[in-house]
Amino acid sequence: MKCLNAVVRGMIALVLLIAGVPAGAQGSIKLGELNSYKVFPAFLEPYKKGMQLALEETNAAGGVFGRNLEIVFRDDNGNPGDAVRVAEELLTRERVHFLLGTFASNVGLAVADLARQRKVLFIAAEPLTDKITWQNGNRYTFRLRPSTWMQTSMLVPDAVKLKKKRWAIVYPNYEYGQSATAAFKDLLKKSQPDVQFVTEQATPLGKIDSGAVVQALIDAKPDAIFSSLFGPDLSRFVRDGNTRGLFKNVAVFNLLAGEPEYLDALKDEAPTGWYVTGYPWYAINTPEHKKFLAAYQKRWKDYPRAGSVVGYATVLSAVAVMKKAGSLDSEKLVAAMQGLQVDSPFGRITYRALDHQATMGAYVGRTGVKDGKGVMASFVYGDGAKFQPSDAEVRKLRPAD
Amino acid sequence: MSSIVLQFLNGLTSASTLFLVAAGLSLIFGITRVLNFAHGSLYMLGIYLAYSAIGVFAGGGGVTHAAFWGGILIAATVVGIVGALLEVTVLRRVYRSPELFQLLATFAVVLLAKDLVLWLWGPEDLLGPRAPGLGGAVEILGSPFPEYDLFLIAVGPLILGLLWLLLHATRWGLLIRAATQDREMAAALGINQKLLFTSAFALGAFLAGLGGALQIPREPAQHFLDFTVIVDAFVVVVVGGMGSIPGAFLAALLIGEVKALCIGIGDVGAFGFSISLPKLTLVVESLVMAAVLIFRPWGLMGRALAVLPDPAGARQALLEKSTPRMRMAGIAIIAGLAVTPAFANEYSLVLIIDILIFALFASSLHFLMGPSGMASFGHAAYFGLGAYGAALAFKHAGFPMEISIVIGPVIATIAALAFGWFCVRLSGVYLAMLTLAFAQIAWSVVYQWDSLTGGSNGIVGVWPAPWLSGRVAYFYLVLVLCGAAIGVLRRIVFSPFGYALRACRDSPLRAAAIGIDVRRFQWMAFLVAGGFAGLAGALFAFSKGSISPEVLAIGQSVDGLVMVLLGGVQTLSGPLVGAAVLTWLQELVARHIDYWRALLGLIIIVLVVAFPAGIVGQLSSRRRTAE
Repeated sequence: MKCLNAVVRGMIALVLLIAGVPAGAQGSIKLGELNSYKVFPAFLEPYKKGMQLALEETNAAGGVFGRNLEIVFRDDNGNPGDAVRVAEELLTRERVHFLLGTFASNVGLAVADLARQRKVLFIAAEPLTDKITWQNGNRYTFRLRPSTWMQTSMLVPDAVKLKKKRWAIVYPNYEYGQSATAAFKDLLKKSQPDVQFVTEQATPLGKIDSGAVVQALIDAKPDAIFSSLFGPDLSRFVRDGNTRGLFKNVAVFNLLAGEPEYLDALKDEAPTGWYVTGYPWYAINTPEHKKFLAAYQKRWKDYPRAGSVVGYATVLSAVAVMKKAGSLDSEKLVAAMQGLQVDSPFGRITYRALDHQATMGAYVGRTGVKDGKGVMASFVYGDGAKFQPSDAEVRKLRPAD
Repeated sequence: MSSIVLQFLNGLTSASTLFLVAAGLSLIFGITRVLNFAHGSLYMLGIYLAYSAIGVFAGGGGVTHAAFWGGILIAATVVGIVGALLEVTVLRRVYRSPELFQLLATFAVVLLAKDLVLWLWGPEDLLGPRAPGLGGAVEILGSPFPEYDLFLIAVGPLILGLLWLLLHATRWGLLIRAATQDREMAAALGINQKLLFTSAFALGAFLAGLGGALQIPREPAQHFLDFTVIVDAFVVVVVGGMGSIPGAFLAALLIGEVKALCIGIGDVGAFGFSISLPKLTLVVESLVMAAVLIFRPWGLMGRALAVLPDPAGARQALLEKSTPRMRMAGIAIIAGLAVTPAFANEYSLVLIIDILIFALFASSLHFLMGPSGMASFGHAAYFGLGAYGAALAFKHAGFPMEISIVIGPVIATIAALAFGWFCVRLSGVYLAMLTLAFAQIAWSVVYQWDSLTGGSNGIVGVWPAPWLSGRVAYFYLVLVLCGAAIGVLRRIVFSPFGYALRACRDSPLRAAAIGIDVRRFQWMAFLVAGGFAGLAGALFAFSKGSISPEVLAIGQSVDGLVMVLLGGVQTLSGPLVGAAVLTWLQELVARHIDYWRALLGLIIIVLVVAFPAGIVGQLSSRRRTAE
């Protein structure tokens, strides 16, 4: 009985402790950020650093409305069910004014729908799914990063120029890979009606059987390959492909592979001459980016990844929208988001009123190896405003608010 | 033709890899009967350690033979030592616990290892060096084939041979075989069991570490490896027959080859349909496992396991009906919950809704595991199909929310009807793994059927009807439905049907002799458990407003298991306490520290050691002793 009493007493003490935790400093403006920090740490640790940098800069410059800005970080466990609970916690317990973040597409869509239901602004930082701004778009959700469709379409002009006939496709078997593949095939066929797709390999995410997949691609004898692999799947694909000679005399297009998160892991085995989208932080010479790079390296003693820029620009967007709205009222914030302009490390971006997609772009170029490291040897900036379907098409895809 | 041969060789390579991990798992299970959920973590640790060790030995210069092979050996040895420590410090304390309880301890180790790896090695993928001398490719039938893969193809049979020698030509092997066949008898003959168990665990862990370390030239060290490996390893062990090492080899071969051929053959067209075989790689392990288990209930080379004596008489406790005092406590809790909205903040309601739904989910799983004696590793299938059933009825078929919530459990019951029919023909871990196979197949269908289920994105916009959309209103709906459902489940346990189920569990032969159709009763138990899990899923869908394939993924099944085991499998209120403690702890810990998984793992280990019969199980047995 004694033991039981002790346990009960302990439980009560804990409950009191939690109930009594003070809810942050008074007077600050609170924003809620939720993300899968533990599930996708390679992207999200730099992302969080980018956010913290922007937060510190904002507060050093006097905050927002003369008040300190505070971001409450929460881990959503990479799971939509948990994410919705965490978002509810941020809204009801922490009383944040609006929501930021999310990584995986299913989590992003779940939180976007919660934002619609609870009528609060949600800036989806990272999820790439086209649906978040098109089929499942809603009044309260805006997305920063260039979508799957946008990034895919950035690679298409080069693919068309090569006039290759036989294409092989390999993609991670979930929504991002499926959408990228569908968009690529669709866009390429429009410009080059006689194109053939000789094989399609859908590999389980994170579990590519690279030997067999590479062999299957070799056997299909393609002229060119379109891949949307990333992370460990990409590393395995590249190593096996190099060993087995898959990439000799074959043009390869790979979404996202130029991002340091994925390219750096390959070290001196990084492929050369691949067409990729990415973030060549070492060679972008615009003043906006140089300023960001210097500040980031000073603060973190590390170089930025693509995630750092996304995190940084997310906070800048949040600050900009509060200033433009002049209020923390949800409806006013949402109105201010339409057409909001933000000066990001990639230059000025606009949140389109049409579909709530930001015009942030990505760098498109070809890979090479320099000093034993993979780099984007040549590149141009693909402006997100230019890589969009026609307004009429978007209107057809997106339900009215 | 050449491509078929090459794909066959690719299959052999992955078979070797699978076998190394599975052999260790099988060895550990054969002797200690512990399902080592942390085996994948040991594998992951092996590859990370090898990466660092090779780096240290190479010292910035080129990777020499000594650095590479020395690094791999060191990594595997360290993992072996870690395994031994794990056995001595944690698992040894819970051998006498109810069946499967050790799974909980190893689950905690998984959480701990995940954060440890992140803390020590950072978040980025680490691609190791190529093997010196084996980095290139040789020409086979005109196509280059990696030398290292040929080496791996040879390693599999080599390890199999060494293990066979170890088990059949040494005294230690003799003792191991004796203990695998009859643990009690071996102990009675004066064999030092502690030493035997520890050494078996160390060897198993060594093999897992070796399996990981040998992958260093083929794949980067990264955080997901534990989960990707563990399920495959379990599948191989079960398909081969638990405890049978040659069986594991055969199973690894079968799965490796089927996978490689699916990828090699590509799209197949027949009768106007086109099937993309590469897409099947998502579930090919589960399909093979289901097919094998349906025809060979003990796997390819397994035999019926010797029944262990029921440790600590764990099962008797269930027969107790609640005392008046407990009933009063139950009523007090329900009354307390009913008045919660009056004083609690809104978020507490959100959290309690989650807890109530998981309590129902865990109770339905407990109904299978406890009174019916059938552990399920795939209970998320019914939860998830209930959620999808409700969401689809609501979004696609246009039913109102009130009716959709009923359709969910109906769909889940139908699934239980189908899956259960096969499962009840098996027993023990085989049965549990077949439920997992069905759950994975259901998951992959939901994951792939984009036009109906929304694929990996799932379905959004599943919100309750306006009169239930407030948090308070929905809270009462969940309280009433979950409370009633849990009450009914409890009532069933003490109904004649419940007694018959317990008879089937405790003595199938005697039950059959007095005219109980054992299989049919067990099948009915599946329906009951599936239906109630489906109700929990439907409530879950409407509480979140969206649903995605995670709800029927392995993670959800594991959460259910952890809740049941944490609370105590031999008590009726255990799953409720387990659901509350796990949900609340995770929420609390994740909010306060970055390395929340490590802390949660540590807390679970403490709970496991302090309450070796589960929280409620331990408390009630103490109460009995006190009285």
